[in-house]
Amino acid sequence: MAGLMTALLAVVALAAVAALGAGAGMSGVFGIAVPYVAVAIFVAGFIKKVVGWASTPQPFSIATTGGQQYSLPWVKQAKFDNPSTPGQTFVRMALEVLCFRSLFRNTKLDNRVAEGRVAYGSDKSLWLFALMFHYCFLIVFIRHFRFFLEPVPFVITGVEFVDSILQIGVPTLYLTDVFLVVGVTFLLARRLWDPKLSYISLANDYFPLFLILAIALSGIYMRYVAKVDVIAIKQLAIGLVSFKPYIPPNIDWSFYMHFFLVCVLWAYFPFSKLMHLGGVFLSPTRNLPNNTRMERYINPWNDPSIKPHTYEEYEDDFREKMIEAGLPVDKEA
Amino acid sequence: MSKMAPPEELMNVNYATPAEAWMDVKPEFKLGNYSYPGKPDVLKYLGLPNPRDWSPTDEDWKLPPDWRDIIRDGFRELLGKYRSLKVFMDVCVRCGACADKCHFYIGSGDPKNMPVLRAELLRSIYRGEFTVAAKILGKLSGSRKLEEDVVKEWFMYFYQCTQCRRCSLYCPYGIDTAEITFLARDLMNRIGVNINWILEPAANCNRTGNHLGIQPHAFKDMMEFLVDDIETITGRRVEPSFQRKGAEILFITPSGDIFAEPGIYTFMGYLLLFDYLDLDVTWSTYASEGGNFGSFMNDKWMKKLNAKMYHEAKRLGVKYIIGGECGHMWRVLNQYMDTMNGPADFLEVPKSPITGTVFDNAKSTKMIHLVEFTADLIKNGKLNLDKSRNAGITATWHDSCNTSRGMGFFEEPRYVLENVVEKFVDMPAQTIREQTYCCGGGAGLNNGEFTEMRLRGGLPRGNALRYVQEKFDVNTMSCICAIDRATLPGLADYWAPGVKVTGLHELVGNALVFEGEEPRTMNLRQEDLPGIEGSEEEE
Repeated sequence: MAGLMTALLAVVALAAVAALGAGAGMSGVFGIAVPYVAVAIFVAGFIKKVVGWASTPQPFSIATTGGQQYSLPWVKQAKFDNPSTPGQTFVRMALEVLCFRSLFRNTKLDNRVAEGRVAYGSDKSLWLFALMFHYCFLIVFIRHFRFFLEPVPFVITGVEFVDSILQIGVPTLYLTDVFLVVGVTFLLARRLWDPKLSYISLANDYFPLFLILAIALSGIYMRYVAKVDVIAIKQLAIGLVSFKPYIPPNIDWSFYMHFFLVCVLWAYFPFSKLMHLGGVFLSPTRNLPNNTRMERYINPWNDPSIKPHTYEEYEDDFREKMIEAGLPVDKEA
Repeated sequence: MSKMAPPEELMNVNYATPAEAWMDVKPEFKLGNYSYPGKPDVLKYLGLPNPRDWSPTDEDWKLPPDWRDIIRDGFRELLGKYRSLKVFMDVCVRCGACADKCHFYIGSGDPKNMPVLRAELLRSIYRGEFTVAAKILGKLSGSRKLEEDVVKEWFMYFYQCTQCRRCSLYCPYGIDTAEITFLARDLMNRIGVNINWILEPAANCNRTGNHLGIQPHAFKDMMEFLVDDIETITGRRVEPSFQRKGAEILFITPSGDIFAEPGIYTFMGYLLLFDYLDLDVTWSTYASEGGNFGSFMNDKWMKKLNAKMYHEAKRLGVKYIIGGECGHMWRVLNQYMDTMNGPADFLEVPKSPITGTVFDNAKSTKMIHLVEFTADLIKNGKLNLDKSRNAGITATWHDSCNTSRGMGFFEEPRYVLENVVEKFVDMPAQTIREQTYCCGGGAGLNNGEFTEMRLRGGLPRGNALRYVQEKFDVNTMSCICAIDRATLPGLADYWAPGVKVTGLHELVGNALVFEGEEPRTMNLRQEDLPGIEGSEEEE
């Protein structure tokens, strides 16, 4: 629980810092300095981490096989759960990254002592909400490019159009805004309610959830309640990306709060579990084919000086007994 | 060993989480939940550090004075050598998908047996020692200092993991606890914290070729004993050869198959099959162990013990190797052997001399699984099998963890099984194939003192078995792993009494009809065959 409270307080404090700071005339700090620093930390940190992983050797090919291997011609291979070629492995990774395939398998333990049996029910809730959360986040992220690009590319307007297709309210409601909040709330709720999960949860599990929730809620507040000056914000955004930073007057404090929390997320990202974004591509149990009986996999630090206890040593040890037992020997006694 | 509680009681697992945070809970060693430590003379033989007499229940584990530095340096070394470790230390989001997948968690309710927390035992030290965040945020970041209690906890939980990889299947990032356990054990070995049931077999494998320390003449005697039994049962005198240079095939199987029931019946099945085919195959007393006990210690010993297979194949000048029914052998073989000890360019791509099938799935290792070989024989109509010799058997199939999640070997054994028994049913879908449940004895935990924990870990397997026993009258569980053959009988006696455990080739050996043979009256266990009438020929 200490982790939960710390994470919550940290996010509240961060939000307050930005809200008060921007209100106190520090919009230059929150609108220019902080975003540059945060993005620089993100880019450098992300690259450093991924390069650090990628430059470490993966000594053995250890694919976790989730189905039938490549075998005799009449045995049907589970190509995408137990890939034996690079193409199949690519599909396995794509299914993992795009569809969360491993999570789709999830089951739930149900130990029915009274009936004397243990059951395993399918449990797709985490898969569903995790997928919802990630895809909504992605779409929200893509939508935001309209602030940084002029003219706004057709793709982004298209995404926006579909996202607001129900045309609820003014400004029209983005469905992803709603589902992003639903998704993140579910992820947070299960962490609180499932005793197993709250037992393993650390402050750095709660912090990103609160942070993302705060970002989503502040964004929603800006758009639907405060109805901030979007044109001014776009001027600020374009100023940032064109390296001609400019602070337009009269931007609501809520924007600086939202923007600052996003910056915190950028800067926090490379040092946290959020790096699963990069790490999933490097997981050796998923990104390697199960073809190690067909193709030799090389371990760069394989030590050729490690030799077996040789047959000669073995025979020296047991020669007389072997001869007596009628076992063949290389050297007679 | 204290008397075991009855199954109803053991099943009543308390899954409630403790009131204290996990870092504040200390491991409690009780007879039945840990394995005895490595004996000093065995450590000396293996060249492992810090040989001494000690017990996990002691307050002082007599660690070397600089143990912290050894662990730190070792950890750093492994992080530099294993991308898997580095990625797995960094990317876990503690989503909990793995939490209820571990058989030891299901059977014990101990949260530190949740794979996520098992890994956190190592991850917390990784953070504490190697990350900036920990230096600023301390315990809040989930990091902690390296204390003796941490080592004790590692010993407890990394020797309560059979490296079955079931959790890895469900993890969205494929985090493999087997890999984490493997490397944690490597670290512990560096300060002399290990278990004897791994070290002594490893030492035996090195010196005598097999984990029991059977010397060559005794190995031959045991084989001859089984040859005599085969003659009693079938009237045939099979003539296996040893270390025969120029044989086409070297056959290697776990040595458990030669000395203990029910493995010996599987062994007799191998002998019968080879005799039936008149296969040009030889055995070796030097390389007489399929199982790789080194893989429970560190990469060096895994490589060293595995190297014997190729070493012997080269010396004998065989064309290729066939491996018997074994779990860890196949995991090591499939994922490590060629990398560590290849290229096997002195061997040929395996080609069945009976069917002409070329095993291109083993074109680099030059080593095939006997069950692949047999499945191919059956498919090509090369075996005369009489299922009625296994009448009375309603079989189910236990997918061994290593051949399942480390290889993907599902259809071939089922195909063989369906061709040798009349009745076969699978256990429930979420307990078999890639989702299979461990026997609880893998990765060096099949020792006597660990029985209680192993039976707890066997709860999911045992429960699934009892389900098919009650519903379909299953009375036989077949498998292709020697650890299974050693562990599952005890597990079945406890959780599903009345179910027998067999290897696959025991059933093949029973069903195999030799040309012009005298009618059999008993199976390989020398039990009377039920209703022996004129046997029909079938594929």
